[in-house]
Amino acid sequence: MEATTFRFKANARQALANDTLRDALALLSKGFPAKRLQAMARMPEFEALRDEARDIKNHVLANLDHYLERFESRVTEQGGHVHWCRDATEARQTILDICRHTDAKTVTKSKSMIGEEIAINDFLEENGITPIETDLGEYIIQLRQEPPSHIIAPAIHLKQHQVAETFRDNHAELHADRSLDEPRALLDEARSELRQKFFDADVGLTGANMLVVETGSTVLVTNEGNAELTCTLPRVHIVIASLEKIVPTLEDATTILRVLARSATGQEMSVYTSFCTGPKRANDLDGPDQYHVLLLDNGRTQLLGTEFQEMLRCIRCGACLNHCPVYKAVGGHAYGWVYSGPMGAVLIPGLIGLDQTADLPKASTLCGHCESVCPMRIPLPRMLRAWRRQLFDLRRGSKTVRFGLRAWTMLATRPGLYRVLTGITVAMLAWLGRSRGAFRSLPLAGSWSKARDLPAPEGGTFVAQWQRKKDHDHGTRRYP
Amino acid sequence: MSPNGSEKKTMITAREDILSRIRNAIAGQGSATGTVDKRLQAHAVNTIPARGRCDRNACIDAFVTEAEKVNATVARITGADAVPPEVVRYLTDNNLPLVLRLAPDPRVAVIPWAQQTLLEVSTGAARSSDTASVSHAFAAVAETGTVVMVSGAENPTTLNYLPPTHFAIIAVADIFGSYEEVWRRLRAQRAEVAEPCDVMPRAVNWITGPSRTADIEQTILLGAHGPQRLHIVIVDGKKI
Ligand code: SF4
Repeated sequence: MEATTFRFKANARQALANDTLRDALALLSKGFPAKRLQAMARMPEFEALRDEARDIKNHVLANLDHYLERFESRVTEQGGHVHWCRDATEARQTILDICRHTDAKTVTKSKSMIGEEIAINDFLEENGITPIETDLGEYIIQLRQEPPSHIIAPAIHLKQHQVAETFRDNHAELHADRSLDEPRALLDEARSELRQKFFDADVGLTGANMLVVETGSTVLVTNEGNAELTCTLPRVHIVIASLEKIVPTLEDATTILRVLARSATGQEMSVYTSFCTGPKRANDLDGPDQYHVLLLDNGRTQLLGTEFQEMLRCIRCGACLNHCPVYKAVGGHAYGWVYSGPMGAVLIPGLIGLDQTADLPKASTLCGHCESVCPMRIPLPRMLRAWRRQLFDLRRGSKTVRFGLRAWTMLATRPGLYRVLTGITVAMLAWLGRSRGAFRSLPLAGSWSKARDLPAPEGGTFVAQWQRKKDHDHGTRRYP
Repeated sequence: MSPNGSEKKTMITAREDILSRIRNAIAGQGSATGTVDKRLQAHAVNTIPARGRCDRNACIDAFVTEAEKVNATVARITGADAVPPEVVRYLTDNNLPLVLRLAPDPRVAVIPWAQQTLLEVSTGAARSSDTASVSHAFAAVAETGTVVMVSGAENPTTLNYLPPTHFAIIAVADIFGSYEEVWRRLRAQRAEVAEPCDVMPRAVNWITGPSRTADIEQTILLGAHGPQRLHIVIVDGKKI
């Protein structure tokens, strides 16, 4: 997918002015976090599970080469094929080669973020092969030719009437007067449109939530059942997964599954969790004849061994998006690439470079909510700060900001000076604002005060108040 | 697919390239030699939540409660003979055709379907026209009301997903507290019957309630691509 990350500010402004999007995002921020809390309440061991999940992935990343080699042997022993791909180009070509070798005309797809990352749909189409998204949300956005706006709820930005319009435009063979007022009618229509396509497809393309080394299995988690049809009905099953999806054993996969759905949708477990291992066996009555796993790097190894290594623990649950004040205001498209929210703001610069993506790590209040809900305990705010530091070191950003930051550093590292200057400023502001109690606009902070008033300070600086309180306590309390 | 020579060459290069990038990046982080293999063989169990550590009867009750919470329906009956009447009752109550596609599992075959004269049954993998299927679960997990299906000649995977109504039969003895117990059981069983490298059947499918989607304005709707109805029939007694 073409990145528009460099337009983040413009994208965000547009998103903020979009009322339909705001309604959709309001719905999201009510739904997922509340359900997550309910699931949490039923799982007193949740914190322990998070620790274990984190430790499993840390161990995997520290031994990734060994695990990948063993995973490869297990898949091969069971009749599957493993393809290593350094980047999107290699991955696309590998998929196309498999399609060509098997005379494939159509490919059904189950939602895969890696598929988005390598923009496989456009590539297949250019080469005369029809890709068909089968996850309902993905199907809708494929028809609308839009990227996903959330990693687990790709069509979260759309309202029902927009989906209805899309179906009317695209399902031209159906009766024009049919009623599409109910979500049920939309679902039924999509289901019947896709049913035959599942049977006709030559290749099924899925992502993987995990790769289990012990058994050479790929793990898929869905609610709709489309992934299961995608990997059972076609002659060929291709799995595309990035390197860090590895877990050692079935037990480890199980632990991560216990935190995944609860963090994502607040479900105790997703409806379907499928462990696929190799092609159809000798006596099986269904299943694919061929089973391929693509192991994709596409920038992951650049993060290994750096201060961003921990980002590779991410299991794409989306919790950090659902709890992010910035994501909830601007939605996923503003970020301009496949990923969004806090995980996107950390991962995207790592994968496609800081050049095009400088605004993303800045689009955060560093409130820390993301880290507090992340099932894998990824220190997202720390990494956002790390990108900002790199930007500063690279001399990126406007002169005013850089000057401001340098001045701030000077001040913040000299406590005496800091106290004197803040004392004077606060006294001045208090005096200037004494009649209204607030400021409508401020010099140098025009864009900040455009949308809000700054209350005039009362009672001196924090440090001064603190000192007064301590002196006061000293006078009234008797210390032993 | 057997890739031609030139592809093979680039693939090997990509493999070596990726592995060496990884080795350079994580140099010094790795565990002691042998740790990885030991860990893969140990199958060490991580934390199992208290609700998955129940005794037999509590497990059965918990399984039913959890499965119902995720919109599955559950019936508990005694003996294989009681299965057909229960299935017919369910189909009739829901106004569904009395037609079944059965799994070629011997435990499904011994069920006296013929006693229900109105019932039309056939056996095999699912076809697009099938309206209801019956397959036999390998195990069930109380923790989340999950049934575990295992692929093979006896229980083709399509039966779990294609027809809009799915009956999953489970023997009461196969209900466990946690997923970990099911893994242990699967490993033990596969060690007896399968080739050494065949730890896993082609597909192990955990199913927790009927298919659903919330992709349209977060409205939860059942029956997205998989079955809209999941009816779990727990069978007591030795026969099944
Ligand atoms: S960073 Fe954490 S919370 Fe965000 S998607 Fe990844 S695992 Fe989930």
